[in-house]
Amino acid sequence: MARIVGVVTTSHVPAIGRAIARNLQEDAYWKPFFDGFPPVHAWLRDVKPDVAVVLYNDHGLNFFLDKMPTFAIGAAPSYSNADEGWGIPTVPSFGGDLDLSWHLVERLVGADFDVTTCQEMLVDHAFTIPMALLWPGSGAWPVRTVPVCINTVQFPLPSAARCFRLGQEIGRAIESFDRDARVVVIGTGGLSHQLDGTRAGFINREFDLQFMDRLVDDPQWVTRYSIPDLVELTGTQGVELLMWLAARATLGERARKVHANYHIPISNTAAGLMVMEGMAA
Amino acid sequence: MTPKESTSVPREIPGTTLFDGRQARKGYALNKMCFSFNDAANREAFRRDEDAYCGRYGLNAEQREAIRRRNVLALIAAGGNVYYLAKFAGIFGLDVQDIGAQQTGLSKDEFKAKLVAAGRP
Repeated sequence: MARIVGVVTTSHVPAIGRAIARNLQEDAYWKPFFDGFPPVHAWLRDVKPDVAVVLYNDHGLNFFLDKMPTFAIGAAPSYSNADEGWGIPTVPSFGGDLDLSWHLVERLVGADFDVTTCQEMLVDHAFTIPMALLWPGSGAWPVRTVPVCINTVQFPLPSAARCFRLGQEIGRAIESFDRDARVVVIGTGGLSHQLDGTRAGFINREFDLQFMDRLVDDPQWVTRYSIPDLVELTGTQGVELLMWLAARATLGERARKVHANYHIPISNTAAGLMVMEGMAA
Repeated sequence: MTPKESTSVPREIPGTTLFDGRQARKGYALNKMCFSFNDAANREAFRRDEDAYCGRYGLNAEQREAIRRRNVLALIAAGGNVYYLAKFAGIFGLDVQDIGAQQTGLSKDEFKAKLVAAGRP
């Protein structure tokens, strides 16, 4: 049977892609961010995942406002990155896992999550940058992938409680997949930041740290907030914590923190990183 | 039951525009044009003849004026969504810190200093 080896949650700021392309990992601005990752690499070597289910949000590469699914799942043999308009270098394609994709689709629709299935799907920086951070220098990625996209572009967005339940179902679906797969669930985005409006540059350190803390032992804490509440507390793009929440929910009730890092700023963003593992109830 | 008054009054968050249905309706043509800038050939076509390119996507006068002025706040007011606007800004080599500085009336260095300050406990 498939097993979730753990969850990694990380920011996905496009500037990270530029920094990787220019080898700026040791640069004074970037070092406190990239220094968070060697413990993740060691953990990955230890738990040896062969599949990554990646919960992320598209920013206008694959989806436009003509058709905007709230939840979408890739069911493609491979996923490519492409030009997003502002010149971060593209990365090699990612192999898919069609059996797991369709198993997730079956289980999620069966549990009343009416997901959009995508047999062709471009993946943007929110998918590629976390992969490049977890497996740096990969010419060929060491894991098969299943992208799960959550809409954070077009309001209304799905509530935190809804995203939590989505994550729970994804977790149950993975654990019921009849294959010997070792699955890492990746949640990307956040933490607090705002790109637009006269409040651009808004960051909320106190809230982020509380969120990261609660995510381990009391993940439903954040579901008390509405989406507009979360925008007010974390910035227009800070709502990307929804992907962290859904990823954490795949672990079930009890989890432990393996590693965390938090650094302000990367570009306009409070950058966060966590690794968590599930614990028997 | 007495029908209640509509409660769909947008939530006011200072300095923030939620990209809701109202904004999406208002900004569709503008956002569609900016979405097209994923493609290098379209960025080049825009550079060659801005007005013709805006015309092809049916931008209204407010949107055209905001594009002409490269003014992010005006583009948002005209229905633009920041993810698509970022592709427009990319044509001029502007990143999210440039547009953050522009929207807050700061220099880029001042804007970056403000972000660093936000990290102090």
